[in-house]
Amino acid sequence: MAPPAQSQRSPSPSQPSGKGEVSDLKLQLRQLAGSRAPGTDDSKRELFKKVISHMTVGVDVSSVFSEMVMCSATSDIVLKKMCYLYVGNYAKHNPELALLTINFLQRDCKDEDPMIRGLALRSLCSLRVANLVEYLVDPLRSGLKDGSNYVKMIAVVGVLKLYHISASTCVDEDFPGTLKHLMLNDPDAQVVANCLSSLQEIWSLEASKSEEASIEKEALLGKEIIYYLLNRIKEYSEWSQCVVLELVAKYIPSDSNEVFDIMNLLEDRLQHANGAVVLATIKVFLQLTLSMTDVHQQVYERIKAPLLTLVSSGSPEQSYAILSHLHLLVMRAPFIFSLDYKHFYCQYNEPFYVKKLKLEMLTAVANESNTYEIVTELCEYAANVDIPMARESIRAVGKIALQQYDVNAIVDRLLQFLEMEKDYVTAETLVLVKDLLRKYPQWSHDCIAVVGNISSKNVQEPKAKAALIWMLGEYAKDMQDAPYILESMIESWDEEHSSEVRLHLLTAVMKCFLRRPPETQKALGAALAAGISDFHQDVHDRALFYYRLLQYNVSVAEQVVDPPKQAVSVFADTQSSEIKDRIFDEFNSLSVVYQKPSYMFTDKEHRGPFAFSEELGSLSIGAESADNIVSSQRVEANDKDLLLSTSEKEESRGPTHGGSAYSAHIHDGSVPLAASETQSELVSLDQTLPLNEPPASFAIDDLLGLGLPVARSSVPSPPLKLNSKAVLDPKSFQQKWRQLPISISQEGSINPQGAAALMTPQALLKHMQGHSIHCIASGGQAPNFKFFFFAQMAEESSATFLVECIVNSSSCKAQIKIKADDQSTSQAFSAFFQSALSEFGMS
Amino acid sequence: MISQFFVLSQRGDNIVFRDCRGDVPKGSAEIFFRKVKFWKEDGEEEAPPVFNVDGVNYFHVKVVGLLFVATTRTNVSPSLVLELLQRIARVIKDYLGVLNEDSLRKNFVLVYELLDEVIDFGYVQTTSTEVLKSYVFNEPIVVDAARLPPLGPAAIFMQGNKRMPGTAVTKSVVANEPGGRKREEIFVDIIEKISVTFSSSGYILTSEIDGTIQMKSYLTGNPEIRLALNEELSIGRGGRSIYDYGGSSGSGAVILDDCNFHESVHLESFDVDRTLSLLPPDGEFPVMNYRMTQEFKPPFRINTLIEEAGALKAEVILKIRAEFPSSSTANTIVVQMPLPTYTTRVSFELEPGAVGQMTDFKESNRRLEWNLKKIVGGSEHTLRAKLTFSQESHGNITKEAGPVSMTFTIPMYNASRLQVKYLQIAKKSKTYNPYRWVRYVTQANSYVARI
Repeated sequence: MAPPAQSQRSPSPSQPSGKGEVSDLKLQLRQLAGSRAPGTDDSKRELFKKVISHMTVGVDVSSVFSEMVMCSATSDIVLKKMCYLYVGNYAKHNPELALLTINFLQRDCKDEDPMIRGLALRSLCSLRVANLVEYLVDPLRSGLKDGSNYVKMIAVVGVLKLYHISASTCVDEDFPGTLKHLMLNDPDAQVVANCLSSLQEIWSLEASKSEEASIEKEALLGKEIIYYLLNRIKEYSEWSQCVVLELVAKYIPSDSNEVFDIMNLLEDRLQHANGAVVLATIKVFLQLTLSMTDVHQQVYERIKAPLLTLVSSGSPEQSYAILSHLHLLVMRAPFIFSLDYKHFYCQYNEPFYVKKLKLEMLTAVANESNTYEIVTELCEYAANVDIPMARESIRAVGKIALQQYDVNAIVDRLLQFLEMEKDYVTAETLVLVKDLLRKYPQWSHDCIAVVGNISSKNVQEPKAKAALIWMLGEYAKDMQDAPYILESMIESWDEEHSSEVRLHLLTAVMKCFLRRPPETQKALGAALAAGISDFHQDVHDRALFYYRLLQYNVSVAEQVVDPPKQAVSVFADTQSSEIKDRIFDEFNSLSVVYQKPSYMFTDKEHRGPFAFSEELGSLSIGAESADNIVSSQRVEANDKDLLLSTSEKEESRGPTHGGSAYSAHIHDGSVPLAASETQSELVSLDQTLPLNEPPASFAIDDLLGLGLPVARSSVPSPPLKLNSKAVLDPKSFQQKWRQLPISISQEGSINPQGAAALMTPQALLKHMQGHSIHCIASGGQAPNFKFFFFAQMAEESSATFLVECIVNSSSCKAQIKIKADDQSTSQAFSAFFQSALSEFGMS
Repeated sequence: MISQFFVLSQRGDNIVFRDCRGDVPKGSAEIFFRKVKFWKEDGEEEAPPVFNVDGVNYFHVKVVGLLFVATTRTNVSPSLVLELLQRIARVIKDYLGVLNEDSLRKNFVLVYELLDEVIDFGYVQTTSTEVLKSYVFNEPIVVDAARLPPLGPAAIFMQGNKRMPGTAVTKSVVANEPGGRKREEIFVDIIEKISVTFSSSGYILTSEIDGTIQMKSYLTGNPEIRLALNEELSIGRGGRSIYDYGGSSGSGAVILDDCNFHESVHLESFDVDRTLSLLPPDGEFPVMNYRMTQEFKPPFRINTLIEEAGALKAEVILKIRAEFPSSSTANTIVVQMPLPTYTTRVSFELEPGAVGQMTDFKESNRRLEWNLKKIVGGSEHTLRAKLTFSQESHGNITKEAGPVSMTFTIPMYNASRLQVKYLQIAKKSKTYNPYRWVRYVTQANSYVARI
């Protein structure tokens, strides 16, 4: 709702008064164009300013293009700059006019003054006109060799601009190669940093098209380049440091000494005043120590103080960005922050989005020793005049109650909320009391006594009303008035707008009837009649269902509607752990602020050079194809992602995020294909023994199996020959998995050595590969691992077996589910699979 | 990398608009402004600094009522972009002396020139005023902060350089004074923001000091500077919980929980004698940020008493006691307290002879407001407010009102006792003796007393 700019009409240069002026400007510019009189430049400056101010507010001043170009013949650098700005803005949409500027820009590129050379080169590259590309190549080439760092630095970014105008020209002229050379040899830190940014972007985009580019992209993560950049880290500007650190976070050191060297080198970066540098450093520390549990925890301890300092210094916006990251870490390891809970207390003047994060952190760090204080603090907020804040705080108290063993005191507090007699407090509390009762039925007595006193007239919010009704039904025996309260609610059935409430009302009156039939009969009749004539389909169906159930047999109805219940032990988490891990992998990016992995909010082409890890994960794994040394870490990430895509879909888990994840994956549908192929290739490359042919592997099995006769005897002489080079893409895997019934589901075992070898789950994949059973996705953490395998018959490739195998490495047990195209062979395959599994770790 | 950068006025007009990569549609500024203005999501009424609309990520920071905005489609580091926006604002302020809508509008060409060197194709090149000086040629048109109306549509055609405003902090780092030579001076400000929460019984629940040593140098030739802090200064509370107060105070030691430093600071001698040495770059920058939870004496005590006086009446007595030395004076003090929602009328009674005090009952949000121009150290002030209700209160009024919050500024006072012992400038010659200003100021961040 931007107010009309015209209402503020004034002659001030940045507030142009309208279109009529443009033709005026045109005229004046033309008069000045040829003039050499003293003071011309000053008048030109004023005119240029007016033009640019028009441009800023969106008035189209492209009609003065040729006049601007004519006026640009000047030695006044300020004028030149204004002219360049103008030209850069309009050239794209007026290519024929842009041609006019080429001449003077090219001339300026050869100026004596490096400043003018640089500026002209920058403008030349910013024209964004495809058919002018030919004019770019030469100035760029000489720019990259210029004696001035300023010009070089601009030329390097110029190469990237050229790439976006015409990728083929950029690559054909071997500009990326030149940049690489510059990056490794130029003494100027900004030139090097620009080379790195440009190369990352170019090679990431090229990687999908050219093998060479993907190798180059990977090579950036090589030890030499990483060390070269790290050793000069302090020479770079703080912004370039962020670029370098982002790259280092993806580096995989060969041993722990290297990890410590890098961490020692970067230690003082944690004291930097720029939050972006500190977060980038933290990412490096976290990523490097992923496989070193103890050190990883020390890192958490180390980064706590710097993060807290950044949260409290700087603008509220900056501290929000830092706080989001702190929030992520607290959620991952609440126990490490349990002594720091006071830092998460809310200040009255903080914006709600900050308070919300803090409340979640307080909830997470609550443990036996600090709960009392945290809950006391939260109760202060609950009494707050700020209603959204009060609501969130009550929810937080409820969450703490649900996660604590000793809820005694907390229940008391919740009940006190009900006595505050504020509608919104009552509403939130009722919802919580309901959840609490589902988990701790033993508290029903105290709760019911208080809830019974609430007048249902004061409860208006559907969720709260539904909760109250649920309790009336569930505890009809203990609440004297239950049938009558329900009856009065049924009387006003037509005024109840929420179908959720009406559904609950039906169920509650049923339960009440089953417990106190004489008192409820009338109400039940009325409710069923009202329900059956309800316009809402679900309400109608439920009413009819109850009616018929009662008609059929009352005791059956009781079993259906009101069976004995078990207390809920854990409420479902809203976000799957795969998603959380994924967000953690994308530390220091928007994913953390949005609390969503990047595939949920960015298009693939925009994930940019920062997104290396994601690409390694599920996107362009093609990049890895030639890389024959695959670190464990990376394959793990890879597997996790694949697991995410398969398991999430078939089990349709994660109601809140599942929906969007689903579509995002369909969007990327073609990509995992490459992934699975690559993966099987990778594994085979890693193999040291030629185990590709099943007969060969059996020969070895026989030799090794000598010590384990029992396991071996179960191996049937293989009636099935499996195809060692079977291929199946994840999409068809999922499709098949959904379509086929489970033909065999049983428990198998692995031997203890095998369980130990699961420290690196890849070992199992390799092992099974040796038996021509291929892994399509895997994931999990010790002691629980989950694998999806497939295998195909050697003769007919259409006969495929699919396996879901959940291994518990501490109990040495495996849950195996097999699905097969040809049911008759599944028994044989199952035996084969189990024997292969039981041999794991024996070699 | 970022795609666009723009600055919007409070009304949503583009003051500066720079497109770096052309991959976000031109209408983004309007989409952004609409979204921020009418933000309403999950009960929040204030847009977070970062949000996503149709695949475009919008970042914004608010500086002196202006919105500095960046957009991008890529998954960048939010911290980096927000820091960058803040830094751009600071560079502009260094150049213009005063940063406001008016000065920005008058100098937009200069701002474009700066932006060209700060961001190239969405990648940050530099944000150092020092470095930028050699690339930027426009002379700032300096605006007098005090004299001009804030939105300044006044018809002034600024030609050349206007006279420099008197106060030094609003002086441009680059512009020359009319006399030709710049005055050699350096400002070191120790700014502390304190947060205290008192329980209803007056006991301190939490307290924290967030401090910054800020420097603004107008010295030519960037001479080396040594800044000595308290010798008894220790950092970190090795392993212990930071709220473990036992035995930490008492002696004269100042214990910081943690601190960070500007890039230009050398810490070689810091561990030995608590001296920071640096070559100050031009412009304003934080030398050091620090955080302290060590116990300190809060500058104000707040005492609240609520007495019911019949069914529909109550009286609130607010007492403020200044517990700092009488040599210091706090100014612009505001005390606020939310009252029960059913309050209809409030009549105030100030102490006899009160000067420079104002009271108000904000009916829209049922809030009592008490403004005091000055409070001298050691003094005490009382306000009595008689409330009239439209309905009988449900028992306990204290549950329906409060907490009492307070904002204030105390110049030449710092709660942490962190001090700059001396400020040494490496001598160029015997006659070189620039002006040095070391100033302390304490401000309330969140100063709350529960009732």
